[in-house]
Amino acid sequence: MTYPRNDHGIHVPMPNARPGDSADFSHHAIPPAGSVPMPPVDVAPADIHGHAFTLIRVLDEDGNAVGPWNPGLSVETLRQGLRSMMLTRAYDARMVRVQRQGKTSFYMKCTGEEAVAVAAAMALDRGDMCFPTYRQQGLLVARDWPLVDMMNQVYSNSRDRLKGRQMPVFYSSREAGFFSISGNLGTQYSQSVGWAMGAAADGDPRIAAAWIGEGATAEGDFHHALTFASVYQAPVILNIVNNQWAISSFSGIAGGERTTFAARGLAFGIPALRADGNDFLAVHAVTSWAAQRARQGLGPTLIELFTYRAEGHSTSDDPSKYRPGSEAQAWPLGDPIERLKTHLINLGAWSQAEHDDLAKALDDEVRAAGKESESYGTLSGGDRPAPSTMFDDVYKDMPAHLVAQRSQAGL
Amino acid sequence: MAAMNMIEAINSAMDVALERDRAVTIFGQDVGYFGGVFRATDGLQKKYGASRVFDAPITEGGIVAVAVGMGAYGKRPVVEIQFADYIYPAADQLISEAARMRYRTGGEWWSPITVRSPYGGGIYGGQTHSQSPEGIFTHVAGLKTVIPSNPYDAKGLLLAAIEDDDPVLFFEPKRLYNGPFDGHHDRPVRPWAKHPASEVPEGHYIVPLGKAAVAREGTAVTVLAYGTMVHVALAAAEDSGIDAEILDLRTLVPLDLEAIKASVQKTGRCVVIHEATRTCGFGAELAALVQEHCFFELEAPVERVTGWDTPYPHAFEWEYFPGPKRLAEAMRRTIEI
Repeated sequence: MTYPRNDHGIHVPMPNARPGDSADFSHHAIPPAGSVPMPPVDVAPADIHGHAFTLIRVLDEDGNAVGPWNPGLSVETLRQGLRSMMLTRAYDARMVRVQRQGKTSFYMKCTGEEAVAVAAAMALDRGDMCFPTYRQQGLLVARDWPLVDMMNQVYSNSRDRLKGRQMPVFYSSREAGFFSISGNLGTQYSQSVGWAMGAAADGDPRIAAAWIGEGATAEGDFHHALTFASVYQAPVILNIVNNQWAISSFSGIAGGERTTFAARGLAFGIPALRADGNDFLAVHAVTSWAAQRARQGLGPTLIELFTYRAEGHSTSDDPSKYRPGSEAQAWPLGDPIERLKTHLINLGAWSQAEHDDLAKALDDEVRAAGKESESYGTLSGGDRPAPSTMFDDVYKDMPAHLVAQRSQAGL
Repeated sequence: MAAMNMIEAINSAMDVALERDRAVTIFGQDVGYFGGVFRATDGLQKKYGASRVFDAPITEGGIVAVAVGMGAYGKRPVVEIQFADYIYPAADQLISEAARMRYRTGGEWWSPITVRSPYGGGIYGGQTHSQSPEGIFTHVAGLKTVIPSNPYDAKGLLLAAIEDDDPVLFFEPKRLYNGPFDGHHDRPVRPWAKHPASEVPEGHYIVPLGKAAVAREGTAVTVLAYGTMVHVALAAAEDSGIDAEILDLRTLVPLDLEAIKASVQKTGRCVVIHEATRTCGFGAELAALVQEHCFFELEAPVERVTGWDTPYPHAFEWEYFPGPKRLAEAMRRTIEI
């Protein structure tokens, strides 16, 4: 490929297409499914440099699973994965609707990226600790965390376990192995390495997995995480979700114009894989491979999951201002739900009618959960956490100055 | 009991903590094999193994981040930032993460971490080996800030900090590591051995966080001090003959407001002293609290004796450093009003 170049001045990367243009992904080389070999988990990082510059893909254009990375999952597991991805999408759809209705302040969808979280969650053990960003709600869904609990957080209602203190979607569930989400990008990425080092020190078989967007790889914490993971050979899976966009900035602004994000692992001596993030089977396979490495004490793995952020960054964003409206449809790796659905139909284990029935049943499930959650209050009405609890949990024990301030506040 | 200087007392605190609790894990730049550039962790790696005491890459943000993650796992990390001047790359992890973990998760997670860092001036450390950044962190809800002034307190406060389930910044006045420095830079340095606070129990004890100590009882004026300034204040009282009551605050957050009120309500006068720059320094908070709680007992405005609002200079060490003469003048002004 050639790079657009200014004759004078600073080279500022620009995406191939802007609003009004036709979507153009011709610069992304998409190798055929099944074309990338699967190395042994104890491979030396230097022996798989090529894996950082290709794409591990299992599902081909016709929806068949091919090649060495096919994880050979049971039909039951595939159906479960499809269900979790569809439930995640249905949940997202409802939460955006209620945000538009003014029942909460904010929401972020993960449309198009459901496989990145759901397949990873299914490839990990339940006890493995996930350090997600705000766009891995599929981890909670795949771990069967109650939708009502997630909604309670989005509504900051009387049952919100975070007591109304966090913006919507910044979930936390110790029980589900879903670490507290912070608004500060990248911070959890390096924390995951500390968690993994703690486990390693105790001979604990559990591992950590972290996610970061390609935009946030520019943060120092990304570098900190890779350094510590490599130096101490921490049992951690470091995922980069490259969905092409960081709000309005295309991946070139994050440093993706001349190399891959996976390639960044190589300089740290960390084995790096690059996988089709819209391919449920590929995501499952690379996560399993990395988890085995970590569990056998072979160290960290970096995985770039190549995908596309099909919708706006958040309910506060309008992507039509910076990219073509047709991009999501033009994305060469398609949609993760559609691709797994086709695969299951090819296996004779699914049908369009079953799919439609399931979609409707999941909508009903989400609606029922929504009704229950709204009965506990929303941001705009009904019950909410007691305002006096605003002063709790700043410290383990409330110091005198906070007792005094609570009293001043009349709470 | 053993005679210890402040470094030995800090080393002893970590030794005791490592012995008592398997979760205690120590790391930072040069703290492992070498034992720290100030010797604070000397011998600990050999005694407890490299999985519990180890060297870290030069990345303050990474060190604190990894401590937060380890804390979430269930460890009790005690990390070192080699100089407080170099804590800023870790500010995001301290302010945005460690300080808020318990709050933002409704108590589901917390950060039982201790961040030790040598701090303060008086050593010709220039701009980046002399700073006192406590005011940046006392402003952050969720952090605790502790500054000892002698070996006995250093060990007891550090053990209390390590055992505390909240994140604690533990600033060690490096000018006090070897002896109680009172600002008289033209006099020979005294070793801790001749000071009663160098008698330190070898085993476990704590000095509770949030409790000030009366370093000198007096009636004429209250001096609020911490770290090296406690010794400067003692020298100022001695030199001037002013019967000052000197409070060693020891913990800035949570602050022992009751001790401050009790003293100022008795003396009716108050001078705050710290090495840090003045504007928006911790002294501003102390002065505000004193006028808020002791307005009707105050006989004079609260004075602040602090570092100047400049970066810490190298050649002008003693024009910058708030010494006993400046404090004595401030006490006298306060009394003569």
